[in-house]
Amino acid sequence: MDQLLINQGPPLLSILIFLPIAGAFFMLLVNNEDFARYWTLAVTSLTAVLSLPVLFGFDRSTAVFQFVEKHTWIESLNINYIVGVDGISVLLLLMTTFIMPFCVLASWTYIKSRVQAFMICLLIMEAAMVGVFVALDFVLFYILWEAMLIPMYMLIGIWGGPRKIYASVKFFLYTLAGSVLLLVAIIWLYFENNSSFFIPDMMWNGYSSMAQMLIFLAFFLAFAIKVPMFPFHTWLPAAHVEAPTAGSVILASILLKMGTYGFLRFALPMAPEATVTLMPFVLWLSIAGIIYGGFTALAQSDMKKLIAYSSVGHMGFVTLGIFVLNQSGIEGAILQMVNHGITTGALFLCVGMIYERTHSRELKSATGVGQYMPVFVTFLGFFSLSSFAFPGTNSFVGEFMILAGAFEHSIPLALAAIPGAVLAAAYMLRMLQKVVWGGTDNPDQSWLKDLNVREIVTLSPFLFFVFWIGLSPQPFINLMRVSVTNLMNDFNAYSNGAMAVAEAIIR
Amino acid sequence: MLFLPELTLLGAGLVFFALSLGNHPCDTIRNVAITLFAIVLATTLATVNMTGGLFYDAFRVDLFSQTFKVLIVLATLIVVVFTDTMPGVSAKYKAEYYIFLSMSVLGLMMLVSSVELLAIFVALELSSFAVYIMVPMRSTEHGSKAQMEAGIKYLLFGVAATGFMLFGMSYLFGLTGSTRLDVIITQLSTMYTQPVVVIAVALVLSGFFYKLALFPFHFWVPDIYQGASNETTAFIAAVPKIAAVAMLTRFVILAGDTGQVMVNLLMVCAVASMFYGNLSALVQKDLKRMLGFSGIAHAGFVLVGLLTFKITGYTAALYYITGYVFMNLACFLVICSVSKDGTNLAIEDLSGLYKRAPLLALTLTIGLFSLAGIPPFVGFTGKFMLLVNALKEDYLLLVVLAAINTAIAIYYYLSVVRLAFCTDTEDRGQVQTSFLTNAASVLLIICIIVMGILPSQFLNLAQSSISVIM
Repeated sequence: MDQLLINQGPPLLSILIFLPIAGAFFMLLVNNEDFARYWTLAVTSLTAVLSLPVLFGFDRSTAVFQFVEKHTWIESLNINYIVGVDGISVLLLLMTTFIMPFCVLASWTYIKSRVQAFMICLLIMEAAMVGVFVALDFVLFYILWEAMLIPMYMLIGIWGGPRKIYASVKFFLYTLAGSVLLLVAIIWLYFENNSSFFIPDMMWNGYSSMAQMLIFLAFFLAFAIKVPMFPFHTWLPAAHVEAPTAGSVILASILLKMGTYGFLRFALPMAPEATVTLMPFVLWLSIAGIIYGGFTALAQSDMKKLIAYSSVGHMGFVTLGIFVLNQSGIEGAILQMVNHGITTGALFLCVGMIYERTHSRELKSATGVGQYMPVFVTFLGFFSLSSFAFPGTNSFVGEFMILAGAFEHSIPLALAAIPGAVLAAAYMLRMLQKVVWGGTDNPDQSWLKDLNVREIVTLSPFLFFVFWIGLSPQPFINLMRVSVTNLMNDFNAYSNGAMAVAEAIIR
Repeated sequence: MLFLPELTLLGAGLVFFALSLGNHPCDTIRNVAITLFAIVLATTLATVNMTGGLFYDAFRVDLFSQTFKVLIVLATLIVVVFTDTMPGVSAKYKAEYYIFLSMSVLGLMMLVSSVELLAIFVALELSSFAVYIMVPMRSTEHGSKAQMEAGIKYLLFGVAATGFMLFGMSYLFGLTGSTRLDVIITQLSTMYTQPVVVIAVALVLSGFFYKLALFPFHFWVPDIYQGASNETTAFIAAVPKIAAVAMLTRFVILAGDTGQVMVNLLMVCAVASMFYGNLSALVQKDLKRMLGFSGIAHAGFVLVGLLTFKITGYTAALYYITGYVFMNLACFLVICSVSKDGTNLAIEDLSGLYKRAPLLALTLTIGLFSLAGIPPFVGFTGKFMLLVNALKEDYLLLVVLAAINTAIAIYYYLSVVRLAFCTDTEDRGQVQTSFLTNAASVLLIICIIVMGILPSQFLNLAQSSISVIM
C-alpha cells in the first residue's frame, strides 16, 4: 500500500459519488418539475464545487494515488470499495463534475416531459461517471462502468429523437457486448494476483506473453467500442444524433473518454508487452479513424452527425497519442481528452440551441442564422476554431503534442495523421460558413432570438477553458506530468525491451 | 417445535379446506390466505436457528433446511400478495386452489428437510402433484383449453422424471444398502471409481433438473408456463426452483469425488441450458413463454456454481437462485397486475407501461435489467459470484460461454424494457394496483438492489447454512 496516499480529511471522492445519488433519491419525494430542475442544478453545482478541493489539494509532485479511501465491501471475495485519483484521472474527474451543471442548464427548456425522471437519470449518470474515474477496485470499476448504461439508455430511449429506440438499443448492445469479456479478464486477473481486485496490485505484474495478449484483446474490445475506434464506431453517430442535448454532451465529453482512460489505466500497465506487439495495429486503426471520421464528417448535412463523426476523428488522435507510447504523445492524449470534452460538448450544446429554435439539425435549415444570432455564432465560431485545432485554442496544444509524439515515434505515421487536421478544418469551416453567412435561399428567420442569459451562462465557461488551456496549458500538463513520467518509466521497464525491437522494425 | 412451520402450513391447508366447503367472497379467501402465509413465515423464521431430527431422523432441521424454508415461504407469500384476486383461477376453485398451493409448499418444505431417499421422494411427489392439479384450475372464461393440455403434459413429464430419479435412488440403495443420505455418503466414499456411482447420481439429479427446468429436462417449460394461469406460473417459476437447488446441492455433494465425468456431464447441461434458453427466448412473443425460456438459461447459470463442487460455488448458486426468485417474481408481479382478466400477456401488451403504471414499469425494468445481469442489481452480483467460482476451478471456456450468453440475453430483456419505458403507443388505460401489490413491488425492488450492492451478509448466511450439510 506504499503507493497510496490515504485520505486524511473529509471523504471527498465518496461525497462526489454519493451526493448525486442522494440528490436523486430526494427528488423522488417532491413531485414538481421546476423543483427538479433547480434541485438538480444545485446538486450538480455543489458536486462541482466540492471537486475543487481535490484539484487544490492535489500533490503534483507524486505519481501515487491520492485522496484514497478504502472500505471493505464484499469480504468473501476481497472486493473493496477503494477510490483515489492520480495525475491521469484528476483532470477527467474535474471535467465530469464541471460539465454536469451545464448539461442541466442545457436541458432546462429542452426537456418537457418526465422532467424528474430525466434529472434522476442525469444524477445517477454523474455518480457512475465520477466513480469510474476514481475506482481503484476493478469490480467497483466494472459495476459503475456497466451501471452507466442504464441511465444513458433511458436518456436516449425516452427523451431522444425519432429513431431513439434503434439508437438506444444499438448503444446498449454494442457497449455491453464489448465489455462482457472484460469481466472474464478481470476475474482471471483476480486469481493471478493472489485474489485481489485492487488495481495498483494488478499493474506491472509481468504476466506471461500469452496471458497479456488475451488480457489486451479483452480490454481492447471493451475500450475500443467505448472510444469508439474505427471500425467499432457505428453505434456512435446514431446515439449522438438521437440523444437529447445533455445526452450528446455527456456521451461526447465524458463517456467516450472512458475508453481511452481504460487504455491508459489498464491496458498499458497490465499488458505492456502485448501493447507493444499490437501497437502498430492500433496506431493504423487510429489513423484510419482520423481520416475516415474527417471524410465522413465532411459529407454530413446533419450538424449533430457532423460533430459525431468529427468525434471519431478526434478520438483517433487521442488513441494515436496513447499508443505512440511516449511522454509527449500520452500527455497530449490526456490533454486532448479534456479538450475534446470541452469543445465537442460545447458544439453539441450549440447544436441543441439551434434545434430548440428551428426544430431541425439540418445544416440547410440553419443556414444564415448568423445574421439574427450574432452572439451565438461568435460562440460557435470559437468552438469550431478549437475543434480544428486553431493555434491559441485548447485543441491546438493537444494535437500538437500528439503529433510531436507521433513524429518522435515514426515520421510516416505522423504524416499520415496530418490530413486529418486539414479535413477537420474543412468540415468545420464548411459548417461555420453555412451557419454564419449562409445563402439567401433560406426562408425568413428574422423571428430567431439570440441566446438568452441562461444559454450564455452555459456556453461561457467552455469558451473560457478553450482559451485558458489554449494559451496557458502548462498548469494542466503539470497536473499529469509526474504520473505520465512514472507510467512511461514503468512501461519501458516492463515491456522487456520489446519496445526497442518494435521501434527498430518501424524505423 | 421442529415441525412447527409444516404443522402451521398443514393447519392453513385445513382452513382453506373449510373455506372451500362454504361460498365465501374472493376477498375473504385472499385475506385469509395472506394472513395464514404470513403466520407460516413467522413460525418458519422462529425456527431458523433450531437443529434436530424427526421421524427416525429422516427429517433434519438445521440452518440449511430452515434457510431454504424461509425463502420458500417468503416467495410464496409474495406470490399470494401480488396475485390479488386471482382472476386467472376459476371462480369456483379459489379456496381449493389455496389448499393445493399450501400442500405444494408443504411438500417443498419437507423436501428440503428430508435426508432419506424415500422421504425425499414422497415430499417431492406431494409438492408436484399439488401443482399438477393447480395448472388445470385455470379459468376457462376465455374459451381456451390450453390449461388441460398443460396439466397433462406437466404430469406426464413429471412422472417420467420421477421415474428416472427413483431408478437412480434404487442404484444408490443397491450400492450402499441404505436409504439415508449420511450413510450413503460414507458408503460411497469407497466407490467413487465405479462408473455406476456417476450413473446413479446423475439419474437422481435428473428428477431435480426437471423441477429446475434444466436442459435436457426443460421440455415442459414453455407450454406449462403458457397454459397455466399467471398466478400458477408465478409460483411454478419461482418457488419449486428454490427447493430444487437445495436438493441439487445435497446430491451434488454426494457426487463430490466422482471426478471429471460428473463435471463434464454437468457442464454440458449448463452450457446447453444457457444457449437453448437464451436463443429460444429471443423469438418469443408471449411474455410468460419468454420468461420460461430465460428461466432455462438461468438454471444453466445456477449449475455453473454447483459443478464447481466447492462450498463457495454452492453458496454462489444459493445466492443466485435467491436473487433469481426476487427478480423473476418482480416480472410476474407485473404480468399478474397488468393482466386484469387473467389472460396471457403478449410482450406487445406492455408497451407504454410507464404511463399506465409507473411503479410497475419501474419494477419490471429493474427485474429485467437484473435478470440480464446488469450491475448494480442482484443478477449481476450473482453471475459475478458464479463466474468467479467457476474460473477459480479453471473452467475458462465455461466462463467465456456464460459471459457470451449474458450478451445474448440482454437483447430480449432490453426489448421488453424498451416497450415498457420508451414507447408512446396509444393509451390502453391506467392499471390500478392495490396497496399490497405496490408494497410487494417496493419490497422486491429493495431486495434486488440491496442484495446486489451489499451481498456480504447474505453470502455469509448462505455459506454457513450450506456448511451444515457438507
